[in-house]
Amino acid sequence: MTFAFQAEGLVKRFGATTALAGVDLAARPGTVLGVLGPNGAGKTTAVRILATLLRPDAGRAVVGGLDVVRDADAVRRRIGLTGQYASIDEDLTGAENLVLIGRLLDLRTADARARAAELLARFDLAEAAGRPARTYSGGMRRRLDLAASLVGRPDVIYLDEPTTGLDPAKRDDVWSMVRGLVGDGSTVLLTTQYLEEADALADEITVIDHGRVIAHDTPDDLKRIVGGQTVVVRPADPARLAEAGAILAEVSGHQAESPSRGVLTVPVPGDKAFTEVVRRLDAAGVAVVELSLRLPSLDEVFFTLTGHGTGKSSEEARA
Amino acid sequence: MTTTALAPAQRPGGTGTATPARRPFALLRHSLALAGRSLTKTMRTPEQLLDVTLQPVIFVVIFVYLLGGAIAGSQHEYLQFLLPAIMVQTAMFASTAIGVNLNTDIKKGVFDRFRSLPIARSAPLIGAVVGDVIRFVVSMVVLLGLGFALGFRFGTSPLLGLSACLLVLVFSFCLSWASVLIGMLVREPGAVQGISFVLMFPLTFGTNMMVQTSTLPGWLQAWVKLNPVTDVMAASRALMLGGPTAAPVLHTLAWSLGMLAVFAPLAVRAYRRRT
Repeated sequence: MTFAFQAEGLVKRFGATTALAGVDLAARPGTVLGVLGPNGAGKTTAVRILATLLRPDAGRAVVGGLDVVRDADAVRRRIGLTGQYASIDEDLTGAENLVLIGRLLDLRTADARARAAELLARFDLAEAAGRPARTYSGGMRRRLDLAASLVGRPDVIYLDEPTTGLDPAKRDDVWSMVRGLVGDGSTVLLTTQYLEEADALADEITVIDHGRVIAHDTPDDLKRIVGGQTVVVRPADPARLAEAGAILAEVSGHQAESPSRGVLTVPVPGDKAFTEVVRRLDAAGVAVVELSLRLPSLDEVFFTLTGHGTGKSSEEARA
Repeated sequence: MTTTALAPAQRPGGTGTATPARRPFALLRHSLALAGRSLTKTMRTPEQLLDVTLQPVIFVVIFVYLLGGAIAGSQHEYLQFLLPAIMVQTAMFASTAIGVNLNTDIKKGVFDRFRSLPIARSAPLIGAVVGDVIRFVVSMVVLLGLGFALGFRFGTSPLLGLSACLLVLVFSFCLSWASVLIGMLVREPGAVQGISFVLMFPLTFGTNMMVQTSTLPGWLQAWVKLNPVTDVMAASRALMLGGPTAAPVLHTLAWSLGMLAVFAPLAVRAYRRRT
């Protein structure tokens, strides 16, 4: 099997905390690997090791056949990194940011300028090119950050939660950019807290929790395992919550969960179950203010895979 | 397991052009590019230079007009005596800013970007230190400008006077690496500032900057003679006003190289370890 990057048995400890307890990750060239997990699962640590920013305590990782520790410099020529927090210089203009990186990548000044102009145009930043990055909006910063990671035309691109904190329209922009990168032949590692995002972009998904891989599959198979879709019901009359819950349990064969007050969710195997829920609620005369079918949230994925939620987010949801 | 790399040639306009043979020049090129970044940032926020602009003015005014009459009897004579030494003190205080600035800067994502690029680990630090030379230049221009307006004159020649400035610049540049080291070792910018100042006070005031060594109590004389900054101030005075230059200048250069040789590698090592 040929991989654009591959990590085997990565272990990383910070003092008494074990961030990674033996993680395997791999992606074939030209594909997107989605790494799905809650905050603190070890996603960023794994990306930082693959990006040569951290050394693993055990295990090894290779990018394009080159070891991230032994051949760190050669690996750095092949990778692009876009972190959770925009890695751009606020005081420099968009163009200056990209030209600086081009020059650090040993492009001649004229070539660095040309490459910067090309990327600024591609990411719709040509008009803002001469403004300091501090004046950019959140979406513009992400785009500049992504452009900065592409200056060296990397084979492998790491995107660490690239859509966290973006509104849905900006998120769609990032999604189409990611598809564009893959279209150019790059391999992408994308970390995310949203199954929806991994489903939309990834060819394969690795789910990690507490520094361990708890699932690795294609999005379709993963959805099959975690119950495909989720029905969300919010009865108009909170007093009829139990009644609605009984109907959901009967149709799905699972106990319905209540992630927040007055709302019930239950995983269902397919669309037909949804129709059945609608019919039965109608027959029972339970009026609803919200009734929808969606992909499972990360918490629900975790509940199915591990028998417990993500911990933090489920507590937040109940609070 | 087999892994294949896309050969650089397959990547359109790939960046794999720099070969290891070009490394020594690469460090210079990368450091200069990053020094340019530093300089651009400083020029864009000139208020950063307020400390190095105001501090020499305040010190000269306080010392010359408040104390000069009492210490030297003549304000003009005292200005002649004080200014070459104040230049050293101002530059040393200016060198503390880099530790604070880097400590703040390194927490921002842009340093992650530098770390993920195929450049030497030392390049961002060298770039920052070189870019900071502007601070010393500004403080010296302000100090000399004020000094000349108040009647200060070189007792030697303008060329030797300027070489005093150059010597102080070299010393401060090398001392900057101690500040960088503190900036890499300490967590918070405020603490970097505190530690730097605590170190700078005995080093700068524990000299014959303000009064002749012979007027000091014995224990303080011992420290003043031990303190390398005394040599730097003596070299600055000798080059600007006259007197034997060889010994203090050589001492200053030796201390400068010594500090560079010790602190620069330690600072780079501390930077590598800091994540």
